[in-house]
Amino acid sequence: MTSQTHTNGAAAAAPGTLRKPSWGSRKAAIVALLFAAPAFLMYAAFVLVPLCLSVYYSLLRWDGIGKARFVGLNNYLIVLTDSDLLQIIGNAFQLVLYFTLIPVLIGLAVAAVIREHLSGPFGTVTRVVLFLPQVIPLVAAGIAWSWMFASSGLVNQALRGIGLGDLARGWLGDFTFALPAVGLIGAWVLLGLCTMLLVTGITKIDPSLYEAARLDGAGPWQEFIHITLPGLRQELGVCVTVTVIAALASFDIVYIATGGGPGIQTTVPGLEIYRLAFAHRQVGLASALAIFLMVLVLVCVLPIQWLTRVKR
Amino acid sequence: MNRLTADALVARTLIVILMALTLMPFLSMFTAALAPTGTYPQGLQWPADPQWMNFAKAFEVAKMDQLLLSSVLIVIGVVPASVLFATMAGYGLAKFDKGRGRWLYLVFVLGLTLPFEAVITPLYYEIKALGLLNTRFAVILPLIGLFMPFGVYWMRTHFVNVPKELSEAAQIDGASEWKQFWLVAVPIAKPAIMSLTILFFLWTWNQFLLPVVLIQDPLQRTMAGALGAFQGQWGTDIPLLCAGALLILAPTIAVFLIFQRQFVAALLQGAVKG
Repeated sequence: MTSQTHTNGAAAAAPGTLRKPSWGSRKAAIVALLFAAPAFLMYAAFVLVPLCLSVYYSLLRWDGIGKARFVGLNNYLIVLTDSDLLQIIGNAFQLVLYFTLIPVLIGLAVAAVIREHLSGPFGTVTRVVLFLPQVIPLVAAGIAWSWMFASSGLVNQALRGIGLGDLARGWLGDFTFALPAVGLIGAWVLLGLCTMLLVTGITKIDPSLYEAARLDGAGPWQEFIHITLPGLRQELGVCVTVTVIAALASFDIVYIATGGGPGIQTTVPGLEIYRLAFAHRQVGLASALAIFLMVLVLVCVLPIQWLTRVKR
Repeated sequence: MNRLTADALVARTLIVILMALTLMPFLSMFTAALAPTGTYPQGLQWPADPQWMNFAKAFEVAKMDQLLLSSVLIVIGVVPASVLFATMAGYGLAKFDKGRGRWLYLVFVLGLTLPFEAVITPLYYEIKALGLLNTRFAVILPLIGLFMPFGVYWMRTHFVNVPKELSEAAQIDGASEWKQFWLVAVPIAKPAIMSLTILFFLWTWNQFLLPVVLIQDPLQRTMAGALGAFQGQWGTDIPLLCAGALLILAPTIAVFLIFQRQFVAALLQGAVKG
């Protein structure tokens, strides 16, 4: 039996190796490149060219209208030393805590206890409801939550309802609580996606692993550490990547919910780029911050991809 | 076995709480939208005299009909072209499994994590130089370009994974490459193309930064861009703002509910592959 399949396989492979690979020729390569040409042209015109321009602008002192002056790496120096800009970059990292940790931890908790496919009508309803925040524009999430966090909004109403009325405040206008409040909006948006990703991921783990662990006398916590977490490595990588990018490059939610205030308490790099370029007419500095943000996202995301890569 | 059912109960309770948390903001907006305009309603409180006319008023004030048309025009401009270009490029680049040609694919992949903010400033000057500022093309053309990294990545992954036997069995002798693409590759790739279409539709419809920077007139923008302007104008009138926001959301939610299975699948796969 085995030898027969072997010979069959060899026979089947032989003509394939003998036949000239259809795309080996120069003409074939040109045809393939032609297929990629429209996509590449649009990508080059509206991404690569602007990106190069961004790098070029970042070396200038320019108000967008008048004469530009070459200032070398000065703008980058400002990005790395100006206390306001450093605070703004720090804000983005604080948002990562909320955007990433909350959805991933809650998602993990749900996935770990459910460990089965969400089927039937309950599953459908769950999927539809939990995905709603992914479907609506972030702007709408911002508006809905501005209202939730308003002084007469639901959050304060609930606090008063349980006798904690002293804590009630206009959350998004509060110097201490505005940034965490914005973070919670992002957590709300990303929670459903992470939960569903992790719940879907856990159904792919071989149930016999859990049975074997139980026979060995493993408790739920040990199961979680030794089976669930490693089994969800890829999905965890996806969740962390998506949410970290959403936090570092956030714009819509902040623009709508707080406009970056009070002060610069909730200003993030995306919003500051917009302001510097179009309100303060500091195109050079805005571009330096833009390039910095792009590199920052890459530097944060690449290690995550590296760590969670599944070996094939 | 007991532990399993107890776990299931805990999990379901957790999920029900999550669902409640997800729906609460919508519910709160809904009750606020029914309060008399210009008043300050409470977070969650069914009004004594529900003002259903608020929705009609918001429809008129927001010029919903024009907004819908504008969003649809932008989607028509962006989505078919993006899907076509991405499918073609994915097909072409899948031919280069290794060696030469791979660098081109890597150039596309490099754009996968690019925040739109990184290119928005030069885009403004570029669009201005092209004389397209304040037209819908100011959003349509850049969006096609910005969608290419994900689109090409998505379609190439699909074409690389198509079993060789399947595509070779379906090959038509003597047909031109172009025919081969349309008659063999595209039909095989239908599910992937469908998911990509859904994702591009959502990302276009919800796009905010580009319309806000590149189009001044809210009526030429996407729904999301217009919502921002609506908030700026009516932000202090909470019932009207909530009614308007819900109206602007309604078409998206309706489309989502109709195609929920495809949407959820697309979003889950989109996240995993992105």
